[in-house]
Amino acid sequence: MIISEQWLREWVSPQISTEELAHQITMAGLEVDAVDPVAGEFSGVVVAEILSAQPHPDADKLRVCEVNTGSETVQIVCGAPNARAGLKAPLATVGGILPGNFKIKKAKLRGVESFGMLCAEQELGLSDANEGLMELPADAPVGGNLREYLGLDDHMIEIGLTPNRADCLGMAGIAREVGLLNNLAVCGPAIDGVPATLEDTLPVELLAPERCPRFVGRVLRGIDISRPSPLWLQEKLRRVGLRSIDAVVDVTNYVMMELGQPMHAFDLDKLQGGIRVRTAEQGESLELLDGQTVELNSDTLVIADHNRAVAMAGVMGGQQTAVSDQTTDLFLEVAFFTPELLAGKPRSYGLHTDASHRFERGVDFTLQTTAMERATALLLEIVGGQAGPVTETVSAAHVPERPDVVLRAARIKRLLGFEMEHDEVTRILSGLGLGVSVTDSGWRCTVPSWRFDIAIEADLLEELARVYGYNRMPTTQPTTDLVIPPRPEKTLALPALRRHLAARGYREAITYSFVDPRMQRVFDPGLHPVALANPISADMGVMRTSLLPGLVSAVLRNTNRQQPRVRLFETGLRFLPGEDCLKQVPTLAMVITGDRFAENWSVPAQATDFFDLKGDLESLCALTRSEDSFSFSAARRDAFHPGQTALLSRDEEVVGYLGALHPSVCQELGLNTALYACEITLSALLQAELPAFAELSKFPEVRRDLAVIVDKDVSAGDLLRNVRASAGSYLTDLTLFDVYEGKGIDPKRKSVGLGLTFRDSSRTLSDQDVNLAVDQVVDSLGKNYKAELRN
Amino acid sequence: MENLEPLAAEARAAIEAAEDSATLEQLRVDYLGKKGQITALLKGLGQLSAEERPQAGAKINAVKEDLQALIGDRKAAMAAAAVEAQLSAETIDVTLPGRGQSTGGIHPVSRTMERMAEFFGAIGFDVVEGPEIEDDYHNFEALNIPAHHPARAMHDTFYVDEHTVLRTHTSPVQVRVMENQAPPLKIICPGRVYRCDSDLTHTPMFHQVEGLLIDEHTSFADLKGVIEAFLREFFERELAVRFRPSYFPFTEPSAEVDIQCVNCGGDGCRVCSQTGWLEVMGCGMVHPKVFEYSNIDTEKYTGFAFGMGVERLAMLRYGVNDLRLFFDNDLRFLEQF
Repeated sequence: MIISEQWLREWVSPQISTEELAHQITMAGLEVDAVDPVAGEFSGVVVAEILSAQPHPDADKLRVCEVNTGSETVQIVCGAPNARAGLKAPLATVGGILPGNFKIKKAKLRGVESFGMLCAEQELGLSDANEGLMELPADAPVGGNLREYLGLDDHMIEIGLTPNRADCLGMAGIAREVGLLNNLAVCGPAIDGVPATLEDTLPVELLAPERCPRFVGRVLRGIDISRPSPLWLQEKLRRVGLRSIDAVVDVTNYVMMELGQPMHAFDLDKLQGGIRVRTAEQGESLELLDGQTVELNSDTLVIADHNRAVAMAGVMGGQQTAVSDQTTDLFLEVAFFTPELLAGKPRSYGLHTDASHRFERGVDFTLQTTAMERATALLLEIVGGQAGPVTETVSAAHVPERPDVVLRAARIKRLLGFEMEHDEVTRILSGLGLGVSVTDSGWRCTVPSWRFDIAIEADLLEELARVYGYNRMPTTQPTTDLVIPPRPEKTLALPALRRHLAARGYREAITYSFVDPRMQRVFDPGLHPVALANPISADMGVMRTSLLPGLVSAVLRNTNRQQPRVRLFETGLRFLPGEDCLKQVPTLAMVITGDRFAENWSVPAQATDFFDLKGDLESLCALTRSEDSFSFSAARRDAFHPGQTALLSRDEEVVGYLGALHPSVCQELGLNTALYACEITLSALLQAELPAFAELSKFPEVRRDLAVIVDKDVSAGDLLRNVRASAGSYLTDLTLFDVYEGKGIDPKRKSVGLGLTFRDSSRTLSDQDVNLAVDQVVDSLGKNYKAELRN
Repeated sequence: MENLEPLAAEARAAIEAAEDSATLEQLRVDYLGKKGQITALLKGLGQLSAEERPQAGAKINAVKEDLQALIGDRKAAMAAAAVEAQLSAETIDVTLPGRGQSTGGIHPVSRTMERMAEFFGAIGFDVVEGPEIEDDYHNFEALNIPAHHPARAMHDTFYVDEHTVLRTHTSPVQVRVMENQAPPLKIICPGRVYRCDSDLTHTPMFHQVEGLLIDEHTSFADLKGVIEAFLREFFERELAVRFRPSYFPFTEPSAEVDIQCVNCGGDGCRVCSQTGWLEVMGCGMVHPKVFEYSNIDTEKYTGFAFGMGVERLAMLRYGVNDLRLFFDNDLRFLEQF
């Protein structure tokens, strides 16, 4: 909503600067987004009259004009097509300055001298119009200063209104606020009834009274639409951001900007029978003023005549019944439409108009007759004609009700945190137009018809706070009981995990939760991801079922910039569609590619591999103090290397996977180095065990190393599990310190070095104890894995 | 006896001049050994009278002890020099970079969210998270934003279907908490939110931290106190904070919070569009309708809620000038945090 400062000051004019005014209304909740002068900075521009305009001897498009500046007659060369004798136009005189510090000097144009410059609106920073000279009215005072004549020392104040403040969508509403904030009376224009000089009326039927409970109509006959809007009207509209169209449109717009009441004018001759305000027939067609034809839905309210829909109610008029340059008779409509029943409908047609913006938020439902009288008076003054009587059709049962609202004094203190002077409460509420009566516990208020946002006590508290000033209100620190909250020690916090990974060289990434469906299919071809109905773009169309499409893309972004080494992790939700319901699973993913270590002097460059990632993952598992509950097993997975992929389980439940990206996927994506990735359900990594103390043994430990030869396909995990299960209770530690294949070993077999540490807490173990345990291990490995001891 | 002093001087000079421990040992034998010259003097004491003997003996013994100590010191010095020489041969270039994994880092958004959680955690707020694909009820209706309410136009919503959206704020988490827990409540809800908007200053996904405090005596003055303190500690500056009336369907009274521009200190610059102020968050007293949806007694309880954009605050805190950098995941950016 744009207002003109001058226009506002016609209603109420506090003795404060433009800047202070803007600050004041901003701090009352009407946020000023911009304050712009209504014209560029210029000086030395006067109203001038063109006395004659002759063709330039050497230029087809130029004219040589004799121009009366009020004090002298000068010669001006001008290129505007509308430069003609008798026209009054702005003239920048020699020595004058136009916007952009453009100084006007004597000049020669194609050999003809020119003493100044006749101006278009654009050249004065008034509008974008530059097709020709700005045409001033015939009664403009020749020689008069243009700034003064047009009152250009004015500002356009753009206010970003919140949707609850429909009452401020007109000058009247803003003026009411400014009056209250400055304790000044507000004086709007006197609006008197225009007596009818015709008897003509049009019958009006309200067939959907819940949606349109009040409709005011009036017939005007014999208007002369060729008469243009007066300059003051055009200027006012320009300064609130509207373009002048013709007098009828201009007046309806003016009333809307002044009072906040949208209205519509029909060409009376094109209406058949009378007016019916009804819901549309499903599929009924209506050609709108903007030229588009819409198929109406039955949930849409229309203004119809006896044959067809002629306007989409509260949104836009129809083309068939529009006022044209042939129009002589008008039917004016001023209605109230129930906001909650209109809301959302215009948008369903892709429409949003000044009218719908207001009606959807709420227009004063008692304003219609006043607006009609205002518009009639203006129209008769500008385009002449005669007016019929105002006809008002009302469905009283459907007009909004405004129940009284009770405000308890105690709630002011409780909610706002301070006692407000009772006189101040009364002053503020009355100033907003509420009827205030004092009760035992506070106040009872009637709510004005223009306020659609006041229905409960909290609404009144907001008004008090807003007008009183948030920053004048006290500031305190809340007090509360000191309660020690639960902090389960077995639950690890995500920040700790993040720090752990950062310490191991990973950078945290954050990628979009919506991904390219093609990338999604690469990683989870078996899942049907949740698709967005209105994605930003096709490549952000589905909700990720894996964090990897995003992370791998992030890797690519970096490797494409010659980063030799990338280690990233991300945490966030995966969105897994299930049979019953969608699962949103907090997940951790890590990816590594490139060199194992950053380039350095002490370790030769090595490519990273599976076990780098696995080691990092195991270190996370170790944070839970329950490493033994995790296990890895070989697996296959889409997009992953068939021989270098593992599932991670915790207590037999699969909680994630890790592996090398399939070389063909790497190639397809343009990755030149192997990429290793893992993805783990976060809850599995956050559930930890408490430390449990075990007595420190006073007795020595015994270590035995075994080298066993097994088939190559026997997994280390199986061997270790078997050793743990068969070694008995003295085994305290088990390491796998060597894997050897090659010379001296059957090519189908491998040698595995195992270090077993034994100890008892109550005595020194004898050789016999340890030998027995080792024999059991060797036996078990032999039976289960055809293991032989290596000599 | 008369040659004691010259002898002592000679011995001292020889000890000082000795260059290795073998020479020192020889000197010890020559002077202090069984047949040494000082020892010989001691042996000659018998020739003196009984009166002279004690005094002369003391003198000779003093010289003897002095020479012994001197030899000991010299030996220790030589041993120390030998170790020093040995260690000096083991000198390394201590300025060479250390070995091992280079350090990674935490995303500035996480860093900022963790920091916010820390401030509010310190005064007893619990962190709660919730779903990002949300139903219409929790994202809008229970927050007093019915269908077709003009406020919905303030949220450019991503839809999955008619009743399912990507949450446009983290407020639905608050609704879920209010549904399941009785007041008093003190929670903050950090997380990803989504709006269908993408340009220089908007990304379709961003992060919010929203907070909710419900208790029996919570006022707008308390809200102001908490927010002001938070912002000053967050920026570690005594900056001016102002509250400006605004509108959110789920709070009343509602406020936008502006801080004095952290870039120019309020003089006006590009960052604050010459206004001297930066809008950093929204807040207000919980709307009675929101309480009603969650069956919280509006007579007994009052509460405040606030919400802030994490990227916005991170940009101001760390001077990041382009929102989109947060989601480009360019290492050159991530490495700065």
